[in-house]
Amino acid sequence: MQDVERIKPCYPLFCNDDYKVTLKHKREQFEENPGADKVAETFAWTTSLEYQELNFKREALTINPAKACQPLGAALCGLGFHKSLVYIHGSQGCVAYFRTYFNRHFKEPIAFIADSMTEDAAVFGGQKNVHEGLANASRLYGAEMITMSTTCIAEVIGDDLNAFINNAKSEGNLDKDFPVPYAHTPSFVGSHVTGWDNMEEGILRYFTLNEMEGKKPGSNGKINIVPGFETYLGNYRVIKRMLKEMEVDYTVLCDPEEILDTPADGEFRMYAGGTTIPEIKDAPNAITTFLLQPQTLEKTRKFVEGTWNQEVPKITIPMGVSGTDEFLMAVSQVTGKPIPDSLATERGRLVDMMTDSHAWLHGKKMAIYGDPDFVYGMVAFMLELGIEPTHIVCNNGSKRWAKTMDKLLASSPYGAQAKTYPGCDLWHLRSLCFTDKPDFLIGNSYGKFIQRDTLHKGKEFEVPLIRIGFPIFDRHHLHRMTTLGYEGAMTILTTLVNAVLERLDDETRQMGVTDYNHDLVR
Amino acid sequence: MAKLRQCAIYGKGGIGKSTTTQNLVSALAEAGHRVMIVGCDPKADSTRLILHSKAQTTVMHLAAAAGSVEDLELEDVMAVGYGGVKCVESGGPEPGVGCAGRGVITAINFLEEEGAYDEDLDFVFYDVLGDVVCGGFAMPIRENKAQEIYIVCSGEMMAMYAANNICKGIVKYANSGSVRLAGLICNSRNTDREDDLIEALAAKLGTQMIHFVPRDNVVQHAEIRRMTVIEFDPKAKQADEYRELARKVVENKKFIIPVPLEMEELEELLMEFGIMEVEDETIIGKTAAELAAEAAAAVA
Repeated sequence: MQDVERIKPCYPLFCNDDYKVTLKHKREQFEENPGADKVAETFAWTTSLEYQELNFKREALTINPAKACQPLGAALCGLGFHKSLVYIHGSQGCVAYFRTYFNRHFKEPIAFIADSMTEDAAVFGGQKNVHEGLANASRLYGAEMITMSTTCIAEVIGDDLNAFINNAKSEGNLDKDFPVPYAHTPSFVGSHVTGWDNMEEGILRYFTLNEMEGKKPGSNGKINIVPGFETYLGNYRVIKRMLKEMEVDYTVLCDPEEILDTPADGEFRMYAGGTTIPEIKDAPNAITTFLLQPQTLEKTRKFVEGTWNQEVPKITIPMGVSGTDEFLMAVSQVTGKPIPDSLATERGRLVDMMTDSHAWLHGKKMAIYGDPDFVYGMVAFMLELGIEPTHIVCNNGSKRWAKTMDKLLASSPYGAQAKTYPGCDLWHLRSLCFTDKPDFLIGNSYGKFIQRDTLHKGKEFEVPLIRIGFPIFDRHHLHRMTTLGYEGAMTILTTLVNAVLERLDDETRQMGVTDYNHDLVR
Repeated sequence: MAKLRQCAIYGKGGIGKSTTTQNLVSALAEAGHRVMIVGCDPKADSTRLILHSKAQTTVMHLAAAAGSVEDLELEDVMAVGYGGVKCVESGGPEPGVGCAGRGVITAINFLEEEGAYDEDLDFVFYDVLGDVVCGGFAMPIRENKAQEIYIVCSGEMMAMYAANNICKGIVKYANSGSVRLAGLICNSRNTDREDDLIEALAAKLGTQMIHFVPRDNVVQHAEIRRMTVIEFDPKAKQADEYRELARKVVENKKFIIPVPLEMEELEELLMEFGIMEVEDETIIGKTAAELAAEAAAAVA
């Protein structure tokens, strides 16, 4: 029983004898309970090669997807603009999911508007919801712009945001000049990274398409940074720091760094920081625009090239040594500013760290999953570290992504054993972790279930999870870390090598059995 | 290259939209214009006369086979037929399941993303399913898509009802965007004073009857051979009618926001032309017994 003076959470409360008895009765009396032998047999079967073959024949079913849906990405994008209120046209439940998803990852309050489409809206179209929603939202929350995206229900019935928003203005539901950039973001197409790209393009289009008169690339001397679906707050900070050190003037086109990291000083901030409207309007005057997740920002790239007439540098995500080198050199090339000594020193420190840890990381086999550009950058850095990537899963990766990955893997002997799995989910990855065990698994919190399952087969089969990615719900403050630039590479390196050492300690801690290698110095 | 003109053809089901569109497009192609037809109807019969095929394999059908739309290439879905006319069918589900409107949205998005509109084109024609029942079928008239709408109709009551309803739909989009009604195409059913009637309707809507296409069996003869009249019998009088329609479309400058008629106004028009009987309001809701009693009272 719970003791009022010492309230226990479910663990270790359920270890108490009274709960053990209750749970046993429940199992025997109310559960189907096929018997421990049957459960063990079935579990063993799901770990077999035979099961893996069946598993990879799946066509119409996704189990444990490693991706979210478009409006989630659009919402994160909308958060990155000054006094911008995220508004999602669609059903209540979808939007509650987006809020909690970000709550749990960023440990911050997240304000998103939903216009609560119900059955009548699904039949008659959602225009009325948009009109009332815009009327309320624009008056109540002191926003300077509203970024609108859609959930499935609005997309299936073909609601037209452009028409709805303009009609709302002409009927006086909100001021004619109140900015409402929008993007259609059907959840059943693409993933959260697609939604981010769509919303970004929608915002850039809204503020610049009809105001290109007198705009000229290079005239403001700045560069633009498009971060893409970026959840590591340190990444916004490191990019800004590196550009400051280079004395390059920049605009980050979507900067949620402050709103997702507000201080507890007694004041609630509905809005904080973010890219301003004048900055967006000035963006076409920049020398060029850097896309930090170039594989998943296709729509934004087309708009920047087609409408702003800027030549987008062909870089990869600035992760690891060469990824960061490439970015800094491209910035230096387009701006004419040299790369300062401070960054060269930082790079030197990183390379020093890499050589220090090399003995421990060399030849370690690691599986990884996540978004297309993240996985690309991580694998590139793993190859630089001498880690051997094995199973590379990208649920929202296209065939084109797989081709790019294969080219990267072919460039290093460490990549020889790796295989890319575009469109596969975590249940596929689970099979692979049983039949061809990697030493570690890199990914978001959802990988913990693969770790649990592999451990269930036996300690020697356990694949420990290293948490890098999105979302991370079960560890705190990792979202504040950095993964880009030399600084980010240091964080990743530290995380990876210490996971290896932690595991080694774990395995050598048995007194008199393995502790001959339970060394003080590693 | 002249600016691409995108036109949507709407009208009551069975009125002859697909036949008229394909003959019109053939006439345009014959005159040297580069045209694409996008069929927006799950029946997928918007391109058969151009391609001489039963039904073109549709975007949605290919997407279902390939797993997803993202796996398709433009050349998979586009066929080229008579006069170099490019043909695409959006396709959709079997009757009774799924969502055909979404199919139209998916197909048009796909064409945009794959750069189908970047090609050297003078015209794109959207041939849209007869009854615009949901938002998906309005996709072709959203911002940056079709700016001109032609409604195919005839002098029959239901065709005119449908034309008026379509105008109601256009108003919703026209007020916030640049889509405009470009005219009514009368596809004759040989009803009495058909041309006058459609002209009167056009005037009330604020538009024009852009052309009166007479009825001619050669259309059916051509259709049996899965051809347009322009291709089957270019010397036929009917071929000239389609050429004339094409010329008028090319030269058309009259793009307006329609003023849809109220039901009573439309009924008055129909009565004026004798298509609808004047209703006797006094008999409504009366049983046979009541009428008999009234008749008896009148005699007495």
